[in-house]
Amino acid sequence: MIRRNVLKVLASTSIAAVTGLTMTFGAFAADTIKIGAVAPKTGPLAGGAVITQWPNVELWVKQVNARGGLKLKDGQKMIELIEYDDKTNPAEHIKAVQRLATQDKVDFIIAPYGTGFNVAAAPIYAKYGYPQIAVSAISDKIEELTERYPTLFFTLGTTTSFVEGVRDILVKMKDEGKIGNKIAMVNVADAFGIELADAARPIFKDAGFELVYDKSYPLGTPDLSPVMKGAKASNPDAFVAWSYPPDTFALAEQAIIENLDVKAYYSAVATCFPAFAGKFGSKINGVLGAGGVDPTTEKMMSYRAEHEKLTGKVPDYWASANTYVSLQILEQAIEGVGSTDKAAVTEFIKSNTFDTIMGDIKFENQFSNKFWTVGQWQDGVFKGVSSINVDGAVPVVEKSGWN
Amino acid sequence: MDILVSGFLLAGTYALIAMGLNLQYGVARIMNLANGEMIVLGALAAFWAFTSYQISPLLTLFLAAPLSFIGNWLIYKFLLRPLVKRAKNQGQLEVDSILATFGISFALVGIMVSIHGEYFTYSFLANPIEVLGSTVAENRLVAFFIALAIGLVLYLWLNHTRAGTSVRAVAVNADSARLVGINVDKVSALTFALGGAIATVGGVLISTFITLDASIGVIFTMKALIIVIMGGVGDIRGAIIAALILGIVETGVATLVDPGLTLVAAYFIFLLVLLFRPQGLFGRRST
Repeated sequence: MIRRNVLKVLASTSIAAVTGLTMTFGAFAADTIKIGAVAPKTGPLAGGAVITQWPNVELWVKQVNARGGLKLKDGQKMIELIEYDDKTNPAEHIKAVQRLATQDKVDFIIAPYGTGFNVAAAPIYAKYGYPQIAVSAISDKIEELTERYPTLFFTLGTTTSFVEGVRDILVKMKDEGKIGNKIAMVNVADAFGIELADAARPIFKDAGFELVYDKSYPLGTPDLSPVMKGAKASNPDAFVAWSYPPDTFALAEQAIIENLDVKAYYSAVATCFPAFAGKFGSKINGVLGAGGVDPTTEKMMSYRAEHEKLTGKVPDYWASANTYVSLQILEQAIEGVGSTDKAAVTEFIKSNTFDTIMGDIKFENQFSNKFWTVGQWQDGVFKGVSSINVDGAVPVVEKSGWN
Repeated sequence: MDILVSGFLLAGTYALIAMGLNLQYGVARIMNLANGEMIVLGALAAFWAFTSYQISPLLTLFLAAPLSFIGNWLIYKFLLRPLVKRAKNQGQLEVDSILATFGISFALVGIMVSIHGEYFTYSFLANPIEVLGSTVAENRLVAFFIALAIGLVLYLWLNHTRAGTSVRAVAVNADSARLVGINVDKVSALTFALGGAIATVGGVLISTFITLDASIGVIFTMKALIIVIMGGVGDIRGAIIAALILGIVETGVATLVDPGLTLVAAYFIFLLVLLFRPQGLFGRRST
């Protein structure tokens, strides 16, 4: 008997608690705008996403809420952020987006992290009509993709422009007599590395270079010393690696061990990470890498200071800023429209110019043709040395040894 | 010569990855899918001690190993023991332990992500050194010698001491071991803990030359499984020989043929062993 009563009491309190919760939740929901974010927190891409993607989401939400929320026609609304880990698995990502759209009923979703994820998830974003301002996505198929998906925007550039950025730097060094025409090129055997290496072969050849070493290695190779030994034995004037984070670190370490003596050393993703300089210190002075920023503009300096203050992390010298820019665009478009009408916000993004920490951004055919392609570590800062339509590039310096 | 030297060093890395799992699977009969996470935990400890307190990874070894030993002993006592007790036969224990350790691996990944979600990368002994005319990294050389020492000590302990003999007895047949008065339960728990401690030591050493992150453990688990199955379950010599074969073949293929084919070569050898010696190089045919 007592037991039954206890159960009854328990049941009624829990029902009361649940209704209470839903009621506060309902009242709460009216004052907020719900934003979803899906990106890796675990899995192979997590190491990059927790540097480039997640801290910027955190920073942006904190900043917007600190000033009282997003200004809509029916008053200011705080952002309620719903985060999911996609475990670096496209299927998980799509499931999470579905959940955000149908169960959490979010108003907007922040674009995925990684080229493959942005492309794989584009249909589902388009299906639910969410504008997808892709940042960490580089492709030569942008025209085709944006034509097919009217909600998809690209901001970080094309594969070819990244290769051409490297080519232009090498050509200039060759013309100045600083390097010869022999390039050793390696790539990670993964969609990203293969696409870049395939694009690079004809571009380097047409520019009068000879590929004296051209090999790929599997993702997660535990020992890259045979690769570096082979590259060194080919006696190159320049070394180019279309690499991913773990191997970007491993290649630089092997280059130091083998004392690879080149005047130009380039590695792709993660060269711009603060951890890269943290690991190697002054030894990587003169190393070229994908990306870059102009750290001297006032807007960029205040962004970097805020990023460090509010998230406790140092932003990278490339896509961190672009990621923040994409959130600024989303913010300005939502406020410009003044409501959570997804179609109207998408149209607003297509037809307006946005004032961001990288200057004015405007989309043409859903593509913002304004980005950094190559940066270089110069005295502890990774500075942009080559860009498309961005000002502030500094001259390239020769790499002189690994000290 | 380059191939042999680099190959031996890589083999050292592989041996470090696989020896712990070999003990755990061979003796305690736990197919530990969280083995990779134990390695990554060691790496995280080394990274954290080095970047926060400038403690040399070689010192961290001596702190991490006993901690891991205790942690793994507790995992066995409280999480895996009930499975061992309840299992009616070897097959059921394997299925249960795979599921349980799979879950443990997720929990460990989650804990590590919350501690440090970024790459564990730092520089330690990243200097070139000449070995038999070939340039190698000091950190890899150190890891190789410690792997060698661990392998040697384990081999001698297993084959020339009373305690080691009882471990081997449990590995051969747990029921008969019980009949001759061996405390199978205790031996299994200690061996499982020892295996975990070796994996952690491996992680500490590997972190000095490979950049890891919290979720990379599964890659090590896979490699360890291949080596353990190739070498023969429960035989430390087998694990070391299999690690050597993989190390030298992968380096040889990368140098002479193409770095892109290392994985193909490794799996090809694995396939050959499975086809012609399914019990592993040093394994016993199951009766």
